[in-house]
Amino acid sequence: MRRTQFIVVGLALLGILFVPICANAQETLSVQVKEGELRAMPSFLGRIVARVAYGDRVNVVENRGAWKKVSPHGGKIQGWMHTSALTTKRIALKAGQTNVQTGATQNELALAGKGFSEEVEAAFRKGNKNLDYTWINRMENFKVSPEQMQNFLVQGNVIPPPEGGRP
Amino acid sequence: MKKPLWITGLIMLVLFTVTACATIETATTLATAVGEHAGVISHSQAESVRKSTVAVSRSLEDFTPEQEYYIGRAVGAVVLSKYPAYANTQVNQYINTLGQTLAAASNKPEIFGGYHFVVLDSDDINAFATPSGLIFVTRGLIRCCPTEDALAAILAHEIGHVQLRHGMQSIEKARVTEALTVLAQEGAKTLGSREVAQLAETFSGAISDIANSMINNGYSRTFEYQADQASVVLVLRVGYNPEGLVDMLTVMEKKLKPGGLDFAKTHPAPRDRITEIQSHNQTFIPVATPNIRQERFLKAIGPI
Repeated sequence: MRRTQFIVVGLALLGILFVPICANAQETLSVQVKEGELRAMPSFLGRIVARVAYGDRVNVVENRGAWKKVSPHGGKIQGWMHTSALTTKRIALKAGQTNVQTGATQNELALAGKGFSEEVEAAFRKGNKNLDYTWINRMENFKVSPEQMQNFLVQGNVIPPPEGGRP
Repeated sequence: MKKPLWITGLIMLVLFTVTACATIETATTLATAVGEHAGVISHSQAESVRKSTVAVSRSLEDFTPEQEYYIGRAVGAVVLSKYPAYANTQVNQYINTLGQTLAAASNKPEIFGGYHFVVLDSDDINAFATPSGLIFVTRGLIRCCPTEDALAAILAHEIGHVQLRHGMQSIEKARVTEALTVLAQEGAKTLGSREVAQLAETFSGAISDIANSMINNGYSRTFEYQADQASVVLVLRVGYNPEGLVDMLTVMEKKLKPGGLDFAKTHPAPRDRITEIQSHNQTFIPVATPNIRQERFLKAIGPI
C-alpha cells in the first residue's frame, strides 16, 4: 500500500514537471484560417509581406504578446501572425494523407474538408432550394486592407486611449 | 481495504497537470490505469471514467474552424431568406470598414473566413451574427444610431456574440455528439454517400437550432449582457466613445414597437440593458463625436 502511494505521488509530480517542458516545445504551428497573412509588424495595420494557406506549417521565431513572428516551413520569409490564426493541431488537407497522421492522435489532428464541409453544404443546399447563397459569397468578398483601416481611423479622428491598442 | 480520498485527489491532480499538454483522453487513460493498478478503482469503474471523458471531450471544441465556417454560411443564408440584403455599395463598404477594423482589434481577430458585414433591407430593428463571423444589421437598427460611435457599439456587440460562440452553444448537445460520432467512426477515410447524407441531416438540424435561437427566440439575457460588455470593452480599446451603446439603446427604446418580432422579442428591454451596462462600468465622461467623424457617418449611411 505504501509503495502504491509513492507511485501515485511520483506520477503526480512528474505531471507537474512536464507541463513547462511541453509548453516550450511548441514551436511549429498550423495555419487555421482560409487565407493567412504574414505582416511586417505585429499589428493588423502592418503591411502584408506574404500569404499562407490553411493547414500550412510555420515555425515560430519570436513571440510578442498575442503575435508570433513565424516562418513558413522551408521558406526564408518571416512575418507576424496573430495567435488566433494558428493552432497546435496538424491539419490533414486530404483524407488518408499518411505523412500528416504519423504519430498524431485524432485529437491532435484536424481533418480538412471533413465533417461539415463543402460536400455537406452541397447536400444541404440540395435539400433547401429556397436558400440563396449569392449574398453570402458576395459578403466574403468585402475585404478591408491595412491601409484602409489606418486611413479610416485617422480620418475619423479615432484615437485609442493610452491603455488601448490599434488593431 | 479503505480507499483513501487523497489518492483519488492525486489521480485528479495527475489528470489536471497532464491535460496541460496531453489530450484529456490520453490523460484519463493514464490516470485511470494508475488508479486501477493501485487498486483504488476497479476495472469497470476505470472503464466508465474513460468512456464519460470521451463523451465530454466530444464537445463544441471538436468542431474545426472550417466546420464552423460552413455552419455560419448556412445560418447566414437562413437570415437572408428572412430579410433581403440592402444592395447599397456605399453603406456596405462603410460598415465593413468600421466592422473589420473593430474585429481586428478584438481578442479573436482571425477566424477561418474572416469577419464580413452587410446591411439588411428592413425597417425591423434587428441584427445577427453567424458563428463564422458573418454579421447582418437592418436599416431599422442603423436608424437607431445617432453617431458612428453608436454603430460601432452595435457591430462590436455582434462581434462579441461570434467570439463568445453564442451561436454554436445553441446547437443541441445530442446533435453535437451525433455529428462528432460520425466523424470519429469514419476517421481519415473518405466519406461514403451514407455518411454524407447522415452528416447533412445533422448539419440541417444544427442550422435550425441556431436559427431558432438567434432569429425566433433570442439568446438568453446573460448572453446579451455578455455581448454588451464585450462591446464596451472593444469600442473603448479602439478609441470610440463607450457611451455610444447607451445612446443607441436610448433611441431604440423609443423606436421599438411592442409585440414586434425583432429585438422587441429577442432581446432584453433597452432600459434593462442600459441598467446592466451601467452597473458594470464606471460612468464615462460624455465626449462629443468629432465633426469630421459625424460628417462621414451621415454621408456614408445616407438616407438609410
